[in-house]
Amino acid sequence: MDATLASIIAAAAPLVYAAVGETITERAGVVNLSLDGSILLSAMTGFAVAFMSGSVVAGFVAAAAASMVVALIVAWSGIRLRLNQIAVGFVLTILAADLSAFLGDDFTRLPGPTVQARPIPVLREIPVIGQAFFGQNLSVYGSLVLVAAASWFLARSRRGTELRAVGERPEAAHARGISVNVYRYLATAAGGALVGVAGAAFSLDQRAGWSEGANAGFGWIALAIVIFGSWQPMRVAAGCYLFGALQVVALRLQPVFPGVSQVLPAIPFPLMILSLVLVNSKSIRTIAQRLPRLGRVLLPEPPGALGTNFAAD
Amino acid sequence: MRRFLISTAAALVVATFLLLVAGTDPIEALSVLASGAFGSTDKIADTAMAWAPLALAAAGLIVTFSAGLWNIGVEGQVIAGAIAATAAARWVEGPGWVAIAIGLLVGTVGGGVWGMAAGLLKTRGGVNEIFGGLGLGFVAQAFATYLIIGPWKRAGVASTSGTDLFREEAWLPTIGGTRLSVVPVALALVTLGWVWWMLRATRFGLELRAVGSNLRSARLVGIRSEQVMLGAFAIGGGAAGLAGALVTLGIQHKLVPAVAGGRGFLAILVVLLAGYRTAWVAPVALFFAAISVGSSQLNLRLDLDSSLGGVLQGVIVLAAVLVAGWQARRKAETAPIEGDT
Repeated sequence: MDATLASIIAAAAPLVYAAVGETITERAGVVNLSLDGSILLSAMTGFAVAFMSGSVVAGFVAAAAASMVVALIVAWSGIRLRLNQIAVGFVLTILAADLSAFLGDDFTRLPGPTVQARPIPVLREIPVIGQAFFGQNLSVYGSLVLVAAASWFLARSRRGTELRAVGERPEAAHARGISVNVYRYLATAAGGALVGVAGAAFSLDQRAGWSEGANAGFGWIALAIVIFGSWQPMRVAAGCYLFGALQVVALRLQPVFPGVSQVLPAIPFPLMILSLVLVNSKSIRTIAQRLPRLGRVLLPEPPGALGTNFAAD
Repeated sequence: MRRFLISTAAALVVATFLLLVAGTDPIEALSVLASGAFGSTDKIADTAMAWAPLALAAAGLIVTFSAGLWNIGVEGQVIAGAIAATAAARWVEGPGWVAIAIGLLVGTVGGGVWGMAAGLLKTRGGVNEIFGGLGLGFVAQAFATYLIIGPWKRAGVASTSGTDLFREEAWLPTIGGTRLSVVPVALALVTLGWVWWMLRATRFGLELRAVGSNLRSARLVGIRSEQVMLGAFAIGGGAAGLAGALVTLGIQHKLVPAVAGGRGFLAILVVLLAGYRTAWVAPVALFFAAISVGSSQLNLRLDLDSSLGGVLQGVIVLAAVLVAGWQARRKAETAPIEGDT
């Protein structure tokens, strides 16, 4: 049990970085659809830099920078050029994936540096949760801290509240003196950097090494989990751990049902679709109207201005 | 046109840079790419066979984009068409042309059904078509893989390299000794022509564009927007499904897990570069098909990764989109009254 929980937390760590990062971006009203390609590009960059420099930290930094650049192109073309964020993000996801394959060709299937385990003495002896929360490495600890920090930031902090206002009602936020587009640039850059960390968390830890298309599909899964988790870091993280659990179960079932790992990537989507259909169904809507408090839990709405561009003039 | 030239120039600059980084002579690489696409009868045939499904899927996407829909599920619709066509090729007995005709028909229907599923999720379930379509794409991919290693596995050992080859009569007939079949090219041209005509000259085309340009006013004038959207998904999915059937029956002659292989996504890039205009789809798709086919030679001749072709395509489209946005902003900012976007 201890070991299983620990492997779920570890397996989900990259996805947590990506999905929570995208949550922050979307909460400011920007959709960064480039995740799937960004994760590949940053996984390749992180591995290549760590391989050449011998420094895992340098790998993580380079990976974050690579994804941040991609994310900033999305933000800039939306804010400055008022282009459709979906269109630009989609082109970038394809481009970044191909770029990772081309530039990463020389780094394919090489043994490289990985994140070292850092179990925390004493605490790791705690039954059940010790191994999961205190027997990991810095990459995994970071993902746990991120969930708590992002959750606090968005729900409780002043800056977080302003960021949400920017994503919900940019006109109102602007009228109150909040710099809408500055928040959007920052939220997209921060979210993009976290997506990059997700890539490095794959190539330097969870699926150590690089090969073409190594982590393809995870970006789309992260985007689905953001919706499934209704744009709240805690729930988004729960979605990631659910998927992590599925991965771990699939790994154990692999000897019995050889096809299971190929079918696995399909699973989060039916779950997400089902939850969205349920949320939009009449009966749930009726319940939500009768019981407003329960309704707020059941009926999450996307940020009001998600995917739209804002100009102050 | 100017935008097209600027973006191609941008792509060449990026490609030159990447090739220099990779330590290859850029001119040699580009000439290998060009001769890989058009250098021999076989290469031209390959390019034409790659063009047809790409143009078909793009024609379908023109329809969904006209209705304001992002049909990212196109990849899954290609797979659905390929699965349906494979079923026909395996199960239909009798003359080969019967199996082919039925295969193309059920492929179209299969893709159309998969497209409508995304449409129903949007209109009835309130699920954004991007995520509904992606989800259905993953499901189609998983189902194809399951069929290949399960019920339709190769005689003897199951392998993800694909099913057994179809009987040869069920392969698309080719001209002379070449790899070129007239069927896909003709179907793509007919579909493009039909889409062009339908959007301009029919009531449905008008309704599609009304829904796409302003959903609320379309509803106000009494257009049943949900049915129009479903129709667009059926047509877009059908064209993608036909593309999948053609790839299966005409190129691969078996079902492989990577049957879509990014063709659907590439078709989206084609439509973006064509600026959503039907007439531009054919030449842009030819340009992209040539890059895709030609870049496979990079690996064989220069030991470069063939993904350079994808990088070129991506940079061209990105540059075109950004340049278009830049031009539109400059126009809006120099105009006396600010236009709203």
